[in-house]
Amino acid sequence: MRNEKTTEDIALGIRRRVFEHSMRNNGGYLSQACSAGEQLAWLYNEALNLGQPTLPMIPKPFEGVPSPNNPDYHTGAGYNGPAGPEYDRLFIAPAHYALVAYATLIEVGRMAPEGLEMFNQDGSSVEMIGAEHSPGMEVHNGTLGIGLSTAAGLAFGRKRRGDTGNTWVFMSDGEVQEGQTWEAVQACAFHNIEVKAIMDVNDQQCDGAMDSVMEVGDLRTKFTNFGAHCVEVDGHDLNAIRQASQENHEGKPLIILARTNPFHAMSILEERFPRLHYVRFKSEDERARMNQSIAKDLGVDPIDYAH
Amino acid sequence: MVEMVSRPYASAFEKFAAGNPDILCLSADLTSSCEIDGFRDRHPDQFLSMGMAEQNMMSFAGGLGLAGYRPFIHTFGVFMYRRPYDQLMASIAYPRRKVRMMGFLPGVTTPGGMTHQSIEDISVMRSIPNMTILETGDATEVESICEAADSIDGPVWCRVLRGSVPRLFDTPIKVGEMRELSTGDDILVVTTGICTEEAMRARAALKKAGLSIRHLHLHTIKPFDSKALLDQIGSVKHGVITLENHVTEGGVGSLVAETMADAGVGKRLIRLGLRDTYAHGGSRPYLMRYYGLDALALVRGVEDLMGQEFGITESDLDAARVDEVHSLVKAEAL
Repeated sequence: MRNEKTTEDIALGIRRRVFEHSMRNNGGYLSQACSAGEQLAWLYNEALNLGQPTLPMIPKPFEGVPSPNNPDYHTGAGYNGPAGPEYDRLFIAPAHYALVAYATLIEVGRMAPEGLEMFNQDGSSVEMIGAEHSPGMEVHNGTLGIGLSTAAGLAFGRKRRGDTGNTWVFMSDGEVQEGQTWEAVQACAFHNIEVKAIMDVNDQQCDGAMDSVMEVGDLRTKFTNFGAHCVEVDGHDLNAIRQASQENHEGKPLIILARTNPFHAMSILEERFPRLHYVRFKSEDERARMNQSIAKDLGVDPIDYAH
Repeated sequence: MVEMVSRPYASAFEKFAAGNPDILCLSADLTSSCEIDGFRDRHPDQFLSMGMAEQNMMSFAGGLGLAGYRPFIHTFGVFMYRRPYDQLMASIAYPRRKVRMMGFLPGVTTPGGMTHQSIEDISVMRSIPNMTILETGDATEVESICEAADSIDGPVWCRVLRGSVPRLFDTPIKVGEMRELSTGDDILVVTTGICTEEAMRARAALKKAGLSIRHLHLHTIKPFDSKALLDQIGSVKHGVITLENHVTEGGVGSLVAETMADAGVGKRLIRLGLRDTYAHGGSRPYLMRYYGLDALALVRGVEDLMGQEFGITESDLDAARVDEVHSLVKAEAL
């Protein structure tokens, strides 16, 4: 698809959409838009080779889970285009980034803005924790730590079939507390699987700052020692991300650690540190102040929320 | 004397999988223990060593399934669902990946004790949507388990026997069907896995005692044809006994109980198996006797159901097979 916007504009657009949605709904995964805006914008606008969407711009309602009795079942991967051998694939490993991922689909013209209005509505496929059938999703990743393993299996299988497309995973740093992440990296190294991952290292997790929940040490050293080619960059510096993605990682998985700021471009969110995982406004006063402040940061008018 | 077949899985899997580009053989450091060492050596291109890392292996297999492969996972059954249950659920069962989970050492077929004995796997698998469950009871079923599993459009859990395995049947597994091993009109005996051989050991003595036993062997536990079972139950006078190498909760005993309750069948049911207990380590005959999974336990169950004793003792039963603990057909003493 033609790049009609700059990646910077898309990152800004993602934040504006997540901000508007969170204001209207009295909360949301705001901080994830701050930290991951550039990464998801870059993936969809530059890095990924994707075909035209195969699913309707306005998402269909929930049509049932996979079952032998549901022969028409399909995942939401069609928003990323067809699964042809030449195309890239993307898993959003932390499925709670779904709101940010949906906003990205809208910004890159793969989903209609109406899709976000369906977010977390009963009977909708646009689920709060991205499901297999949610726009842009291909596997269930709501249980953290399984994304890289699944992508590794897919990447191994695709290479064996001669596919030329890449297999990408967008990851979150909290996942490194799961042992499975390290099992996956060692397996990729052992089997020379060249899966590509970009990790939003925002140092945050559900309970708060990661260092207060479970220290994970030097990630770059750990990933390198487990056999990955690991690059650490400023996750808000698009040029740095671009360069990192070009590094040679022959026979190894590539892990880009994108160091990010969980209140980037929404400075008032720092007031809520260290509980940034899901921002629900504590009072009408806080909601109003955040509305004014974030709108100003993002260069838009404050949101006219009804309730 | 029953024919014993040495390592039937080893040759059956190789014959089935070798050269099929869509079949991949995965192992978690139990390659010779699952009889796929020869396959690994002769077909390295189709073999993936996944190490002792079952969580990754399950999700990885899901990814292979997404890429169009049909991975056969080999490890001890217990290691394939207890630790990586979340991965089994999210990466394999939910998306209906065509992953064939070959679970070795079902129930008390290992002296490895609690950590090695999968005693509640059927209960777990029965409650997982999209799952198919197959269990082997003899060498012919082991020899046909690969074709049977690979015929399923979705994930399959298999209980596989290894080492020296008796040949009881001469026809391969036909998924969804049940084997009628004897017809009778007093009691219906339903068995699975290694317990079927035990029930066959008791056959002559029960007949001599004047009992007419109808005996069914199940290799397909899910999906299950309840109508066929109800027809069988309808043709016996006194009731049903189940005997399984598994806890009585959630396994085949529960399956039969649910089938009877759903249909309003008012006959008695006696469920034999591990009764809300773990097992410990020991030989198979010892454990089957100790926990009441053997031919004598079935006789006592029959006596319970009939409300009378028939004076049958161990000496009246056909001889039990006793495998060598250290045998050339096993990779280790487990």
